[in-house]
Amino acid sequence: MKEFPEISPLGDRAILVDFKGKIGTDVLGKVLCYKKLLQNNSFKQKVEVINAYNSLLISYMSTIEDVYGEVLAVKELLREANIPKKRDYKIYQIPVCYDKEFGLDLEYISKEKKLAVEKIIELHTAPIYQVYFIGFLPGFLYLGGLDKKLEISRKETPRRSVEKGSVGIGENQTGIYPKNSPGGWQILGKSPVNLFDKNQDPPSPFSAGDRIKFIPISKEEFFSLEEEIENGNFKLEVENYGG
Amino acid sequence: MGAEIEVLQPGIFSAIQDLGRFGYQKFGVPQSGVMDRYAMRICNLILGNAEDSAVLEITLQGPHLKFQAPTAICISGADLSPQLNGHAKALNMVIEIKAGDILKFGKRISGFRSYIGILGGFRTETLMNSQSWYEGLTSEFRLKKGMKLYYDSQSRKASETYSTVKQETTYLADTNIEVYPGPEFDQLTLKQKEQLLEQQWTTDESSNRMAIQLKEDLKNEQKPIITAPVMPGTVQLTPSGKIIILMRDCQTTGGYPRILQLSEKGIQVLSQKIPGSRISFKKKDYPDF
Repeated sequence: MKEFPEISPLGDRAILVDFKGKIGTDVLGKVLCYKKLLQNNSFKQKVEVINAYNSLLISYMSTIEDVYGEVLAVKELLREANIPKKRDYKIYQIPVCYDKEFGLDLEYISKEKKLAVEKIIELHTAPIYQVYFIGFLPGFLYLGGLDKKLEISRKETPRRSVEKGSVGIGENQTGIYPKNSPGGWQILGKSPVNLFDKNQDPPSPFSAGDRIKFIPISKEEFFSLEEEIENGNFKLEVENYGG
Repeated sequence: MGAEIEVLQPGIFSAIQDLGRFGYQKFGVPQSGVMDRYAMRICNLILGNAEDSAVLEITLQGPHLKFQAPTAICISGADLSPQLNGHAKALNMVIEIKAGDILKFGKRISGFRSYIGILGGFRTETLMNSQSWYEGLTSEFRLKKGMKLYYDSQSRKASETYSTVKQETTYLADTNIEVYPGPEFDQLTLKQKEQLLEQQWTTDESSNRMAIQLKEDLKNEQKPIITAPVMPGTVQLTPSGKIIILMRDCQTTGGYPRILQLSEKGIQVLSQKIPGSRISFKKKDYPDF
């Protein structure tokens, strides 16, 4: 990982801040610290800052008048950053039902990886996953921390429709489909939790830097939670941790 | 007074758009917004609206619309032969509307996307700080027959004059797309760079508001990159050599090398190209740092 990122224009209405390194929690810490600084900075026009694994994009509402000056200003701002060794975070508990009715590919993963279904569930619910960022679809979490033993390639032919809430694995990534959509991940369960609700502000309870843990639930619990969520009586379990 | 427009025919693809959603990309929500910001600005300026008032973006074949009450509109961008009650109307001019007037479109003369601005802007659903329609997010994503669009009926005072706005329409026929090098441009071989910038490319029929794909391939051995931010105008190169130019409704992150980045002018020009158009990339450079 580079100590200081490369900061350069992207077209005429964005600036890219790129660490160009390997991905991991270290670089994410820096990325998120910079993100906060940039979000609190007053720019000459409206900007939006998003991050991915090891880079940030500052996109401006309209074209940047003085790109040269703007890039220098961003460099200066970030040079002064004091990156804290530790930061506060939240751990959200996301209930997931691993019943074979929802875990469409559990058997396939079991055969392919030579692991009992119980073992797969154990390995999938053990880690505390890190939310790197939200992208791809509204509310889709990019999570880090999948156990290597569960890494498996995507389906050769993607499913035409994967149900909202489906929990899947694709290579070294695991995640939840926020809505019905075509998808090629191997599906091992389903969560009743809404990852994106356009009528809520914010529309997603999660943000980059949060951590999540999957909690195995039975089919009965799944259906009763689904009802609670529908009636608006459900609140995600969350614990706060100081850095 | 609140008034409505009745959609008699929806056209091929028409949607309400403004400058798009800002502040929700961190939740994976696309920016959206008008494809051709210039045309939107012109029709709002001519009407004396705020520059970012919502407009109706129409594509190739326009809708048939019936106005319930008086107002004024302006049409900018592509020339799709607008007619009011059967009479041809000019672009980039105020068109006074009376109750019961019917607006239709005919043959395409130039460009691909046309914009209808209305006095005071359209009164449609605002979601996440924007009126832009986007499939799966807003309750509507394309104009449908029988649908109603709302506006505030107002007539201008006789003393008020519309501002004269200088516009240029030559970009509609321009085939040069202004680009900057993308973050992964330098990973291309010299030969690839040459081909990319010297060859003519053809826009594919599958193109839409999300992305414009090119028909020809750029032979490629580039591997995918670690998922990184993308934005409208980002040009991606897939492992099979397909060139994909992301447009306003694109995802917020992507995993293909970002070889070029269109300027806003580049997006404006490309937005007006019908599928099957021949284009070339004209590279601009960043200032030296």
